[in-house]
Amino acid sequence: MMGDFWKRFSRNRGAVIGLFILLLVVVVAAIAPLLFPDSPWRMVQRPFLPPFEMSEYPLGTDTIGRNVISGLAYGAQVSLLVGLVSTVVSLLIGIPIGALAGYFGGFVDDALMRFTELFQTVPNFALAIVLVAIFEPSIYSIIAAIAIVSWPPVARLVRGEFLSLRQREYVEAATLSGQSHAAIIWRQILPNTLSPIIVLASLMVATAILLESSLSFLGLGDPNLMSWGYMIGAARTVIRQAWWLSFFPGVAILLTVLALNLIGEGLNDALNPRLARKGK
Amino acid sequence: MKTRLALLAAALMLSTSAFAQPVEGGRANVVIQPEPPSLMMGLVQNGPTQMVAGNIYESLLRYDENLEPMPQLATDWEISEDGLTYTFHLAEGVKWHDGEDFTSEDVVFSVDVFLRETHARLRQSLEHVESVEAPDDHTVVFTLKQPFGPFIGIFEAGTMPMIPKHIYEGTDFANNEMNNTPIGTGPFKFEEWERGSHILLTKNEDYYEEGKPYLDEIYWHVIPDAAARAVAYENGVVDILPGGSVENFDVERIANLENSCITEKGWEYFAPHSWMWLNNREAPFDDARFRQAVMYAMDREFARDALWAGLGQVATGPVASSTRFYTDDVTQYTYDPAKAEALLEEMGYDGEPVRLLPLPYGETWQRWAEAVKQNLEEVGIPVEIVSTDVAGWNQRLAEWDYDMAFTYVYQYGDPALGVSRNYVSTNIAKGSQWNNVEGYENEEVDRIFDEAAVAVTPEERQELYTEVQKILVDEVPVAWMLELGFPTIHRCNIKDLVTSAIGLNDGFKNAYIEEAE
Repeated sequence: MMGDFWKRFSRNRGAVIGLFILLLVVVVAAIAPLLFPDSPWRMVQRPFLPPFEMSEYPLGTDTIGRNVISGLAYGAQVSLLVGLVSTVVSLLIGIPIGALAGYFGGFVDDALMRFTELFQTVPNFALAIVLVAIFEPSIYSIIAAIAIVSWPPVARLVRGEFLSLRQREYVEAATLSGQSHAAIIWRQILPNTLSPIIVLASLMVATAILLESSLSFLGLGDPNLMSWGYMIGAARTVIRQAWWLSFFPGVAILLTVLALNLIGEGLNDALNPRLARKGK
Repeated sequence: MKTRLALLAAALMLSTSAFAQPVEGGRANVVIQPEPPSLMMGLVQNGPTQMVAGNIYESLLRYDENLEPMPQLATDWEISEDGLTYTFHLAEGVKWHDGEDFTSEDVVFSVDVFLRETHARLRQSLEHVESVEAPDDHTVVFTLKQPFGPFIGIFEAGTMPMIPKHIYEGTDFANNEMNNTPIGTGPFKFEEWERGSHILLTKNEDYYEEGKPYLDEIYWHVIPDAAARAVAYENGVVDILPGGSVENFDVERIANLENSCITEKGWEYFAPHSWMWLNNREAPFDDARFRQAVMYAMDREFARDALWAGLGQVATGPVASSTRFYTDDVTQYTYDPAKAEALLEEMGYDGEPVRLLPLPYGETWQRWAEAVKQNLEEVGIPVEIVSTDVAGWNQRLAEWDYDMAFTYVYQYGDPALGVSRNYVSTNIAKGSQWNNVEGYENEEVDRIFDEAAVAVTPEERQELYTEVQKILVDEVPVAWMLELGFPTIHRCNIKDLVTSAIGLNDGFKNAYIEEAE
């Protein structure tokens, strides 16, 4: 089973490259404190040191002399943390709502879906800005805001899957054998919806990273954490004097998000083999 | 010998007049940021209002860069020996923009009726005033209850603008329709204001100072984005960038453009002084050693060079060096992390984290908070930055809900006007972010500030203020940062733009545009 999965996954070369990039980012984030024992906020050299001039600061320094490469490494921690945690939280909101709506249908479905649409009609990013601004920017409010704007697609996806799966014979069999609703939802249907959820989740991590970067860019990041979006936001006004300050964190965001999207595609191929082959 | 000297003098005069003869005509294109809420300076006194309306309204005096009074609407003045009676003789032939005569009645109305009602800062100074009288059309006499040293320093346009009595007497000042088309005595008249775009002022042809002003028009451009303002200057759309209109990072680049001049002058009266409020009420800030450690831990020269483009200077204490009665004979807090650590060790600081509230005024202030946080963490004080917007910042300070908070405050030339208010214990009250927000209490300091305000001779005042500065600098009620530099950038062929201690706020009556070389 696992071997099969890997074989199908690795058939998509982009997905393998994506996985490789992501692993690199994860490793850098994990060993950032070993690579750069100094705080990324520490002013270590003269401001506006261009990249590739001093081997100790290969990517130069920022507007007040902080080490850019150290900021990138610590920024990876924040990006990955926000991406993962906020995705988990939105799954925890979206899956139960979608599952209940799809399984019970009728009034429950109507009520839950109208509630979901309430969130879908407000543009994601605008809602996230409002939420963070109200609760004051901190890592918690940012994760909460991203989770709150990201769960509706999960709910809709899960509801769709449940709607079609609950008609299957094995569900009917389970109902006849007297299993409770909870048991049927939890043990019978949910395991069969995992593949599309996993694919969606990998893309959601990418979106969450982008959202966090955008918030930080606008100055709504956690002021105590170095993040990629913050680095670009702080460098925006000096982009003509110091291109490298926005360029390197920009590349970091681009590569990470791209990697996650490639992985998502690979997972899709690997988990839904028939769908994938039809596509090609 | 005598004739030769006279000839030489005549030649010199000829040559200087040949070179410095002001040129008539032209338009000054200036950035105004942010757009003022109103131009009626008797009602609104925020920065941009003062800058634009300083051309429309005038006061009795102006001040040179050493804060010495110069004539404006008053041509000369006398102060009685006992320091209680101030007599001003007004200029002849002054007319309001609508053609009415300006008389001493207008002065009495402005000070005693209009501004007493609308101008909170002036009202405090007016509490020392017993009466304002107009014995004839061109004489005004102020009688004080007791001597008040800084009194001669309050006749500045933003502090005491002259308001036309014939328009405002007996009306509801705040809702008078004429507020939209302000009438003053100044060198330029209000012409039009298109919200979000521009404000246009035109030359006052009947101005009472011979030959002035030289410019035909002043065109104020409203450009909300800092980068766009820089581009507007580079492209020649605007020729004058008042202090603070471009990011500090851009200052050097723009000042180095061709035909670009920069001056730090014109802020002596305001002397913007920045510091961090330290909440003296709570541990660990209730221990003077902790507050001193904060001073030693901060690299303020670095902040000036990296964040303020090298402009301004490190503050030595509560009084700015351009304000009266300044002394540098106080304890110096040069950057010394080891000393900070020793002080923290001595007091037994337990490493409890403190919160830092940056000033939400943009990039520079945010970076500055980050740099201070890093400075403090390096001596072992963990700092958590709290982000807020302007409203949240105001509210937290007014409610004393902070540990450390950035701010900057104007000094208005005299410690009694702009310094003592932040340190005397009688000025501790919730609800304001400009009073003794740090909650510092010292009877000795209270006494000296009280005595110094009403002392008659400058020598007495200097002695008292020197004493109080020494005490405060040792006790560190707040952590002084920098005397801020807000450079004015302009084309070099625009001459005599900044000619007084309030700079561009003083109006452009002396400014003229030479042919570019």
